[in-house]
Amino acid sequence: MSNDGGEVLPGRTEAGYGDATAPSGGFRKGAFGVTGSGDTSGFGGLVRVEPGGAVALHSTERPYGGYFDEVTDALIEAVGQATYDAAVQRVLVDRGEITYFVAREHLLTLVHALRDDDALRFELCSSVSGVDYLDSGGPAVTPGRPRLHVVLHLTSMTYRRRVRLEVAVTAEDPHVPSVTGIYPTADWHERETFDMFGIVFDGHPALTRILMPDDWDGHPQRKDYPLGGVPVEYHDATIPPPDTRRAYR
Amino acid sequence: MTTTQDPYAGSRETTEGRVYTVTGGDWDVTLGADLQGAERLVVNMGPQHPSTHGVLRLVLDLEGETVTKARVVIGYLHTGIEKNTEYRNWVQGTTFVTRMDYLAPLFNETGYCLAVEKLLGIEAPQRAQTIRVLVLELNRIASHLVALATFGMEMGALTGMTNGFREREMILDLLEEITGLRMNHAYVRPGGLAQDLPEGSVEHIREFLEVMPKRVADFHRLLTGQPIWQARLKDAGYLDVTGCVALGVTGPILRAAGLPWDLRKVEPYLGYGTYDFEVPTADTCDAWGRYLVRMAEVNESLKLIAQALDRLEPGPVMVEDRKIAWPAQLSLGADGMGNSLEHVKNIMGQSMEALIHHFKLVTEGFRVPAGQVYVPIESPRGELGYHVVSDGSTRPWRVHVRDPSFVNLQATAAMSEGGMIADVIAAIASIDPVMGGVDR
Repeated sequence: MSNDGGEVLPGRTEAGYGDATAPSGGFRKGAFGVTGSGDTSGFGGLVRVEPGGAVALHSTERPYGGYFDEVTDALIEAVGQATYDAAVQRVLVDRGEITYFVAREHLLTLVHALRDDDALRFELCSSVSGVDYLDSGGPAVTPGRPRLHVVLHLTSMTYRRRVRLEVAVTAEDPHVPSVTGIYPTADWHERETFDMFGIVFDGHPALTRILMPDDWDGHPQRKDYPLGGVPVEYHDATIPPPDTRRAYR
Repeated sequence: MTTTQDPYAGSRETTEGRVYTVTGGDWDVTLGADLQGAERLVVNMGPQHPSTHGVLRLVLDLEGETVTKARVVIGYLHTGIEKNTEYRNWVQGTTFVTRMDYLAPLFNETGYCLAVEKLLGIEAPQRAQTIRVLVLELNRIASHLVALATFGMEMGALTGMTNGFREREMILDLLEEITGLRMNHAYVRPGGLAQDLPEGSVEHIREFLEVMPKRVADFHRLLTGQPIWQARLKDAGYLDVTGCVALGVTGPILRAAGLPWDLRKVEPYLGYGTYDFEVPTADTCDAWGRYLVRMAEVNESLKLIAQALDRLEPGPVMVEDRKIAWPAQLSLGADGMGNSLEHVKNIMGQSMEALIHHFKLVTEGFRVPAGQVYVPIESPRGELGYHVVSDGSTRPWRVHVRDPSFVNLQATAAMSEGGMIADVIAAIASIDPVMGGVDR
């Protein structure tokens, strides 16, 4: 099993797995939760992209198609080319949806422009959520890897368009500026994301837990949050936690 | 306060050990010296209160009967459904998400399945889409009827409640006939439906379409013209379009503020763009408008159901792809619902390959190409969005649900601060939150 586990996340194109031209990532052999021998399933020779491959590393080239070019041009006009280049690390168009990967320092500038510019008008913040791209199948977590992602879904009711902004931060420095000043609706969304992923939204008026009890330890939707097993009464056995059970990957 | 002696919890020794008798809250201590404003009263309402629409807790600051501050506390029904889906295969996800907003289970299933289908790059067959529209609109009526019923109960119009639940029972009977269950159906599956409509169900739905308009008229006779009902609802829970959009509020609340924003119209899915229906709106921005919008939406849903019935053409209800479609058809046997006898005969007695295929697909499931999608649909409460991430394996990497109840409930403070405490109940009832969806 080889996995560099470093800054470079495994990548893939929309076309399929194992694309030789895609940035190399970690690979895992087999399709079943047994390593080494014992695999009689016939899938032992299969080589797949590691989990975390969900974040494709490449950037889509212009033209993006549909309204995406119009939105991007309007955004560049609103914030200026220099700011745009500094703020947007890459753009991914996949399955008819556009994702801007944004540096957190420039998040508020972009969101302000997206909401207020006449050609953009993303009035509604549909959703803010988190995703933990911890590499569960690979080696131990490498510090400094931006595994926690904040995903914002913005909706333009005027133009009937949607875009997605994604900000990646490390678990060691999980700070992202809060968009509550721009979209008041983000209040509870950000509290939930803090509660579940431990992402700290700087500038949020009252960043407290919302779903879990106030005195809860840890952030349950992180992928390395320990899951409980269930002891089996009278048999001196335990049903292992779901993430350690024998399972297809 | 010392731990040995608590004036509000006297104790006595018994043979079983020390027994405490708790007598009441200690607000003097909690509020400290801030008693100059002698009128100030902090009322803790819920989480177990018949008027809070489920396990919702409100902390209200009152000056007399005026609410100066309303804080909402949620999380009492958090069940970790989003996390759970990450440890089940893609098909099993349906059975989890259906339990979120339990009054609109089919919307959860459909939103989730549309997201998975978008990730897979497949589309359910035409018949499956038409049946989805059919059951969704039945479900929408049922959900709105519960909204009206609980609205009536919380406003003191108890006949509204009994009538609402009675009418809903007709729909639950239909859904039970179609899906096998009254709630938590797991009927909509990635790629199509669990099974086709059973014989006779179309006729039963048509009978329902005959009856329901009269019942809607009864509702109007019972409630709409009633002076008390009007007095309780009008001007209660005011929130205009600007407030709605800023707070992310969608659904009947937004439409009652005058904006005809309905995802079935503006971003059609399941072929909604080809159906003939209106988006009812009101311009009152208050609980009264929301009530009228919901009533009107019931009529529009009836129109949609009739059209969907007319469009039903024979055909498959699951995608052709054998690598995704569930291998077995369900059927009713002497010992209850299960895999059909022909299928069991085939896999157990005739085809080893069919058995392997069944086993692999049921235990392992199918793989979904890596990527992420956000799929919004119009649930009875507003925009129900599914943000689903796949890492290319047999299980979701992340399922996040943008539940409309969760977002809309944020508007409680904006709707009720500065108003009377009785209007808080009207405001929350008009939001119609479902705590299963709020807390997930």
